[in-house]
Parts: sequence; structure tokens; C-alpha cells
Amino acid sequence: MNQSAEELNKVEKKDLFTSGHRACGGCGQALAARLVQDASGENTIACVATGCLEVFSSPYPDPSWRIPFLHSLFENASAVASGVEAAYKALKKGPVNIIAQGGDGSTADIGFQSISGMFERGHNVLYVCYDNEAYMNTGVQRSSFTPLGARTSTTPMGNKTRKKNMPLIAANHGIPYVATATVDDFRDLQRKVKTALSIEGPKYIHILAPCPLGWGHHGELTVEICRLAKDTGLFPIYEIVDGKMTNVKKIPVKVPVQEYLKLQGRFSHLFKKGGSPEIIAEIQQIANQNIERYNL
Amino acid sequence: MLKQIEGSHAVAEVVAKCRPNVISAYPITPQTHIVEELANIVGQGKLDAEYVNVESEFSAASVVLGASAAGARAYSATTSQGLLLMSEVIYCIAGMRLPIVFTIANRAISAPLSIWNDQQDSMALRDSGWIQLHAEDNQEAADLHIQAFKIAEETNLPIMVCMDGFILTHAFEPVDTPDQKEVDNFLPPFRPTNIVDPRWPRGIGLFADPRFYMETRYILHRAMEKSEETIKKVSEDFKKAFGRDSGGFIKTYKLEAADVVIISMGSVVGTIKDLIDQLEEEGKKVGLLQICSYRPFPRKEIYNTLKDKMNIVVVEKSISLGRGGILASDVRWSFPRAEKKDRNISSFIAGLGGRNITKNDLRYMVEKVEKEPVELEFLGLNKELISEKDL
Repeated sequence: MNQSAEELNKVEKKDLFTSGHRACGGCGQALAARLVQDASGENTIACVATGCLEVFSSPYPDPSWRIPFLHSLFENASAVASGVEAAYKALKKGPVNIIAQGGDGSTADIGFQSISGMFERGHNVLYVCYDNEAYMNTGVQRSSFTPLGARTSTTPMGNKTRKKNMPLIAANHGIPYVATATVDDFRDLQRKVKTALSIEGPKYIHILAPCPLGWGHHGELTVEICRLAKDTGLFPIYEIVDGKMTNVKKIPVKVPVQEYLKLQGRFSHLFKKGGSPEIIAEIQQIANQNIERYNL
Repeated sequence: MLKQIEGSHAVAEVVAKCRPNVISAYPITPQTHIVEELANIVGQGKLDAEYVNVESEFSAASVVLGASAAGARAYSATTSQGLLLMSEVIYCIAGMRLPIVFTIANRAISAPLSIWNDQQDSMALRDSGWIQLHAEDNQEAADLHIQAFKIAEETNLPIMVCMDGFILTHAFEPVDTPDQKEVDNFLPPFRPTNIVDPRWPRGIGLFADPRFYMETRYILHRAMEKSEETIKKVSEDFKKAFGRDSGGFIKTYKLEAADVVIISMGSVVGTIKDLIDQLEEEGKKVGLLQICSYRPFPRKEIYNTLKDKMNIVVVEKSISLGRGGILASDVRWSFPRAEKKDRNISSFIAGLGGRNITKNDLRYMVEKVEKEPVELEFLGLNKELISEKDL
């Protein structure tokens, strides 16, 4: 479907993902999930992986979903969504928006094979990843999205590896649409969801979703932290349409990574006496590489 | 129409006539000929279905889960390691009450790797809430699929149709594959009641806290028990419609006068019947009780049928390591302990990893239990391959 620029840029509020769920105050994922479902509208089936989102929004008998919600396991949301899509094709039903959604683990770790299969087979499904950079549901353990230096309950001395670059991995499957987004920019996030759903084939949107509990920041700073993630260059915002990178969001005033790191308890050990200035320098280097690579 | 056909192709033909909407599978020996033939049938346009080639058995099971939850009649086939890889999804499908049908081309489990037949794979998933039906021959394997879709959709329970790998899947036998009209008359279109559809938004797969979880398992258990009636009725209806006795709960052979009763399931039943005929000529009275539905387990039938039989021997192609025969335990539990303490139920493990079960093996087994009960014995074990230090 072709949508006008006005329609694409309209902020949608339909309460399809309703209040009353059990997310923490300031939860980036809850905010992102609401924005995604409201952008996609009523004609949507949500295939959700096990994780924080599923647990805080779908306890029987009080789910927060006003659209069809399908959950089975942690690592198979993409394959389940593939099956839903196959059924709609076979039964000649639809069109319908099918959105597989999950966190770090279901996207990049335990569910990696399943998502790769869904991309490769070309199912008409949007996958939305809510990236909160660790296994938050089980108590803040490291994932392959955990950034360098971040303290988690399984990297108590700080994570020693860099974050897996899932959007580029998705793009390299040759899928028609990939985008990154953050929860501070409602309009941008929802425009990307609407754009993705207007394209036939597999789509991937990677949303940075700060977790106050796991990141150790005050709930009211979720939006601010997203802005800093962008303005430091640590989380580049862009779209990849048919393999071409486009709409790269320029950073108006570049901010040193310390400004982002120091708001979060998970990085506090880097700043303490006898801390790790070399790790901070390496994180700055990652930001600089991003700024150069993506021309931020 | 009766034709000489490979077991896998007979199953594929019949599955196609059940008009599944979505098929998803990952290749694994000895299931491959089934899914290859289905791919052919779909590819040639003879069946209007989505055939989803996936990257693992885990995804195959997940694809049919999603498809079924969206209202499709869904089918897959697997075996051995593939089934074990699926096991998390297998439990989930049953818990979500999705009426999916699988063919299990029964095969041994690693390690050591073995592509050959036994029944350890489906046995490993016996507690998952799936109905498990075991075919004796290829005619029954084919027929059971038609029945399985009907039973599954009437009970909202998933079904594994188990057929011995290679012994049945790769055997050419005459099989009567019914024509499309006959199958359509027997099996009505799938009318699901609980699906994801934006017209009726609902959640499928919500999580249950301790206030609710146990009731879901109780309801599932009761549904499994109650499915006995549906399995029997569908088998009777099948007989009326197709004129063949296929499936059901249990079957018996020369049981009435039998002094020794053999209990087993799957293709070895054919060999056992041959032996029973031979022994009859020699003046020995041996009978057979064949398990057709392993889950739900025919406890009452076994008890009612065998309550006067004092010498029973169970021969099976699987084992609970550290415990013994799995089917044998189920059979022993079918008789009240207090009653007839002198009833002997012997247990033999046979045919693991494709070891042939010969009539001579079975004759030895019968002669042994005629003399004394056997707590547990491996049939046809080559003692030369086992040294003292292995034990």
C-alpha cells in the first residue's frame, strides 16, 4: 500500500497495547511495543518470543494485547510467524500484518537460526527487535548485544566483547527493508514500522529499548539516554532499503561517550578510582568508527 | 486402488489426500522419502498447500505450530534426532491444543549414531500430550493418517503416526490408497475454533502462574484419556467407510486359548503372528495383544482382555536406561498389584538400532518365559562384543 508522507509521519495512538501491564517504570520495551502495535494497527498478528515483553504483557487472564497475540517459545518467534504467514497464504486470507517480535536473545542468540531462516525464505513478516542489551527477563545476564564494558550479572567485571551488529547481518540476507530506531522519537519509529509493513517480504527493525533496571538508570531518563546513544554515535539511526543505506540520521552536536555512560549504573565501574579509562577510550573509538562508517 | 508402492510414498499420497494447508519439514533419514514425495505432489500442483523448507526440525515444528494457530491443517514428518530437537515445540503444540499430525519414521537415538529402526525416539516424547498411534504395516500407516487428522481435529490433540523406519518406510508392499472423494467424505474440512485472527483478537500462548498452570495440565490429561473414545469411534467409522480394520486401541491375535501372550507394537507384530501360527502347528498356544494406541495407553483394554492370562511377555524396541522396558512398565501397571500375584509379566528389549528380530529370537523368548519369568533381557545380544570390563 502506498501511504502519503503525511500518513507516514502521523503519530498513531490506538492503545492496541494497553496500560495495566507489569513492566517497570520507564521501560523502553513497553514504550516501543506500544508504538509498534499502534503504528501497525488492528489488522495485525503479533508473534512474540518468550522474554520480558511476553512476561509483563501476557499473563492469563489479563493480556495487554488488543490484537491477536501468539506466543510459544523463546527461540522460534520467526518460525512461528513464518507458519502464520504460510497459513494465510494457503487459506487465501489476508492481507494481514504479521510482526514477529522479541528481545536480544530471541533475535541474535538462541533465535538467530530461526530469524535467519525466515529472512532467507522471504516470508512477508516484519521482525521487530527490542534491544535492551542483555537478558533482562532472567536478571540482566550478558547477551551478544551487550556492549563493551557493560556490567551484567554474568559479566560482573564488565563485558569484554563488542556488540553483534544485527541490522547489518539482517541486511546481508538481502531482505528489502532494515531500519534502526529508538524510543525517544515516536514519529521516526512509527514511520519505520509503517514503511516496513508497506513492503512485501521480510523486514527488520532494530529498536534500542533502554532498561532502567538492567542499565541502572532512573526511569525518567529512558528518553534522554536514547538521545545520547544517538548523539554519541553509539547507536546509529538509518534505513537500508533494497540493500542501500539511506536516511542516516546526522548527529547535530557530537557528544563524548562519557555523557552516555555515566548516567548508567552498568558502566559506573569504569569511572571509579582504579577504573578503566582504556575501556572508555575503546568505547569512544567504537563511536568514532560508527560516525565515520555511517557518516553520522 | 491397490498398488505396489513404497511405504513412504503411500503415506505421502494419503497425507496429500487429507489436504493439509501447510507442510513444513527438515530432511532426516529415514523420513526423507515422505517429505520428498509431498514436495513433488505440491510442486506438480496436485495439492494446493504451502510447503515450507526450513533450516531445522525446530523450525519445522514451529512453522506448523504457527500455521495451525492461524487456522491451517498442518503436517510434518520427522524421526530420531529431529524429533528430539523438536521436543520443546512438541510439548508446546500439545499444551496449546493444536491438532497437528506428524509422521514419525521411528529410528534409534545417538550416541552411537544409528540411522536404523527402533522406537526410542517417539518413546522419549511419550509424556508430551501427543496421541501416539503405531502402524503394523504400510496399509495401516497410510490409513492411520486419514484417521489421525480426524481424531486430532475432534479432540484438539496433536498426533504422531509412528511407523518403523526402513522396515516400513522403505518397504514396497501392496497398499490400497483411497481416492480423493473417499477421503473427502470421511474427513471434513478443518474448522478450527481457536485461532489468531484480527477479526476476533485473542491471545494464544499466554503464560499461566501457579494459580492456573496445574489445571491446564489436568485438562490436557483428561483430554488424552477421553480421546480413547474418539480413537475407537474413528477407527470403527473408518472400517465402515473403507472396509478395512485399521488402527483402533488394541488388536488381538489367537488370544482366547493362549497360554502365553506376547504384547508388542509396530512392524514386529507381523513376525510375531507368523511365529504364533508356526507354534500353533506344533501344538503350542501363544497369542498376541498388539498396542495400536500407545498414548493414550490402553490400560483398561489390556486388563480386561488379559485378566485371566498368567504368562505375559512384552517385547519392545526401546528402553528406559536404568529402569528397563518402558512398554513393560506400562503393562505391569495395568494390572492391580494385589490381584493374582502369580501372574508373570516378562520384559524383553529387542531390535535396538535396527537389529533384526527373527522368528528364532522370538521362539527363544517364548520358550524361556514358558519355563520362568524374565525381569529384563536383551534379545539377540551378541555377548562376544561385550567384555567384562565394559560392565
